[in-house]
Order: sequence, then structure tokens, then C-alpha cells
Amino acid sequence: MSTSKYTTVSIPRSLYNRIKRLVEETGFKSVSDYVTYVLREVVAMHEAEKYEEPFSEQDLEEIKKRLKALGYI
Amino acid sequence: MVSKPHGGRLIYRVVSDNRRENILSSMEEYPWVKVGVREAYDAENIGFGVYSPLDGFMVSDDLDHVLSDMRLSNDIPWTIPIVVSLDGRDLSFGVGDEVLLIYGETPVAVMQVEDIYKYDKDYYAERVFGTRDLAHPGVYNVYREMGDLLVGGRIELVNPAPNPYEKYYLRPIETRVLFRERGWKTVVGFQTRNAPHMGHEYVQKTALSFVDGIFINPVIGRKKKGDFRDEVILKAYTELVRHYYPRDSAVLSIVRYEMRYAGPREAIHHAIMRKNFGCTHFIVGRDHAGVGNFYGPYDAQEIFKEFPDLGITPIFFREFFYCRRCGGIVHEKICPHDEGDRVRFSGTYVRNAIRNREAIPPYIIRPEVARVLLSEPEPFV
Repeated sequence: MSTSKYTTVSIPRSLYNRIKRLVEETGFKSVSDYVTYVLREVVAMHEAEKYEEPFSEQDLEEIKKRLKALGYI
Repeated sequence: MVSKPHGGRLIYRVVSDNRRENILSSMEEYPWVKVGVREAYDAENIGFGVYSPLDGFMVSDDLDHVLSDMRLSNDIPWTIPIVVSLDGRDLSFGVGDEVLLIYGETPVAVMQVEDIYKYDKDYYAERVFGTRDLAHPGVYNVYREMGDLLVGGRIELVNPAPNPYEKYYLRPIETRVLFRERGWKTVVGFQTRNAPHMGHEYVQKTALSFVDGIFINPVIGRKKKGDFRDEVILKAYTELVRHYYPRDSAVLSIVRYEMRYAGPREAIHHAIMRKNFGCTHFIVGRDHAGVGNFYGPYDAQEIFKEFPDLGITPIFFREFFYCRRCGGIVHEKICPHDEGDRVRFSGTYVRNAIRNREAIPPYIIRPEVARVLLSEPEPFV
């Protein structure tokens, strides 16, 4: 397996050219930088959708008891 | 719904009561590493999920990525190394062993050793702090206090270091329940290591105008000489919140953490910690987590542009000041007057006034807060 920190993915050349034109007017250094930025944003959004709170009903009651004792609720 | 934990899962790594009993009754059978208060607090923050998704101290692969890319090896944003160092002499354990991390006499955590490795201190200092100048306290720590080897691996919290402020201490799982109970869907986090002046209050209240609640989260831990002592900061904030905040809009709770003074990188780290507490927004002011003149005044705001996937929204503020002609606390975007009309909130001025037991104008510090600060015989570290 390669140990390089980077790998290659394919995108349509027309999209590549479109991003290349866009990138020239922004602070991004390259098409790869731009694509990485956008993908991270999208991936994080999808990952966030899967989350469930980590407490059970029993945990919840115990936590509420402590919060009440400390005067927070 | 408040913010999702960083990396998607709230970490909780605390030993069961049975396992704690077993560990404590057979402590002499474990190899151990003496750690300082920084690592003790880091262990606690890992155990309770403040550092989610970290479930242990960093192995070399994660440290390499953090130093070079400001991300963990799984691409999740992370900017500050969380490491345990050793001096390498009399190394009595190896990869695969379980070791106890001992702070003072307290076994704070048990680590499953996954990696023992060397690191380049010059590279570490340059990448994290942007300098190798020993006048920087974080750099000083790297060269003068950290050993030459690092040990990494998953941990389980055994006993947190003693906490004199337990009643002010909420774990992320507790703040998440608290925010839910209060019906807050948007929460702004405020990091502080200072007693509050009016500039802080206006920053907080301006942010609060746009969200459901504010989480005021002072850092408790070793500080620089001349900083306010922890108990003074807490007393001052307690008074401020009691007298000047709607009861259902603010939560005051501490985080136990040792400042690195890493400026921009540390601002990201502070935001990640507050995200794990459930905050959806985070206040970043002027020279956030900076020290001396090592960073530009707004570097800590600029760095957020590099993290589209941080999962917490930064709220940036310029400097607030008192304007005599406006007759109130304002900032440069809303005040047309000259510098001669403006009174800046200077920490040095406040500290000197308190040292000399001088009265502080109410447009600088609330009278109730000033009373706390002036009544303390030793307010500073």
C-alpha cells in the first residue's frame, strides 16, 4: 500500500477547467486545494447527520439530578 | 439540537468501579510514568470527551499529521499535540504494556502503550508555535520541560486530579443535557483566562443576542505569572453573571486545561473543546490565546478559513472600547469618534489599579466585579 499522503481521483475535464478558472480569482492555490476544501465541507455535513446523543434515559435522570444539585436547573 | 461532538462520537473513557478498585489494589504491579498537571488535565479531558475524538495520547502518525496538516491521521481537524513525554532513562515498559500515568500521588489514568517514539523539538516548536524563541512559554516547555521521547496510546481515566472547583465543573455529557433542558438549540462558547471587564461583557452579550445561550467557560490551570488566580476569576464571573445576565441565558462552568499560548492553532483547539461541550458557535476576539507579540492581533481569526469542516461557527470580534462622546461601550464599526475620546480596556491598567487598590471606573469594570478583585489579598499568580 502506498504511504503517500495524497492520492488521485478523477473528475470530468470540463469541471476541472471550470474550477481552474474559478480558482484563479480566489485564495486557493490549486484545483486540488479547492476540491479538498469543498469535499471536507460536504463530508463533514453528511457525517454530522448520523449522530445520536450518547446518553440513555437512565443516564439522563442521573445527570439531571447532579445539575439540579449544583443549581444549574 | 446542539453541536455534534467533534469526529462524530462523544468519547467516554473512564474505568468501571471494579476496574478502578483492581488497579488501585495492584498499583505496584504496573509500570508507571510521572506526569505533570498538563498531562493530568489532558487525561481528564480525553476521558470525559472534551477532546473527542481523541481516545488517548497521540501516537507518532497522529502527531505527524497534526504538526504538518493540522489534522489527525483520519483527516479530522486537530491543531494542538496532546502528548506524554518521557526522558527515556530506565524505560521499564514497551509497546503492548499497560502503564499508569501518575500525577503527584494520584494514578490519573491507565494507558495501553501503542507507540514510543522520538520527535524533532525544532520542528514541533516551529509548527505549533511558529517560533523557536524560548521567551515563548510554549516553546520553553518543549525545550526545557518535555523529555526526548513520547509515549502514545488509548487511555482510561482512573482518578481525575484533585479538583477544588468541583461545583463549577460540568462534563460534556452534562452540558449537553443542560443545554437540552434549557431548550437551547444554539449556544455560543466563551473562552477566558481573565477576570471580566466591560469589553468582555459586551462581546459576550453581542454574541448572545444572536443565539439561545452563552456558555462561559473559564480555563482553570497553570497560568503565567501576573495572571489572575483561578478562584478570583471564578468569583468575579459568578458576581457578573448573578447581577447582569438573564438567569436562563448563561451557564458558567470551568474547563481544566493548561494554556499553550499557541495563538491561531490554539484558537481552533479551544473551539473544538467547546464544540464537544455542545456549543454551536465560538467567540474569537483579538489576539486569542496569544502571548507577547508572537502573533498578529487577528491571526487567530484568519486560521478558521482553513477549516470548512470544523463543525462550529466562529464569531469574530474586533476590539470593544468605551467612547466618551458615544457615552457607551462601542467598537470601531459603530463609533465615528477619535482616539482621544476612546478608553481602551487594558488588562495592564486593570491589574495595576488592583495592585494599587485604586477605584476602577464602572465603564471599565462592573462595581460588583471590582469589589471582588479589590477584596482579594493576593489576586494574581
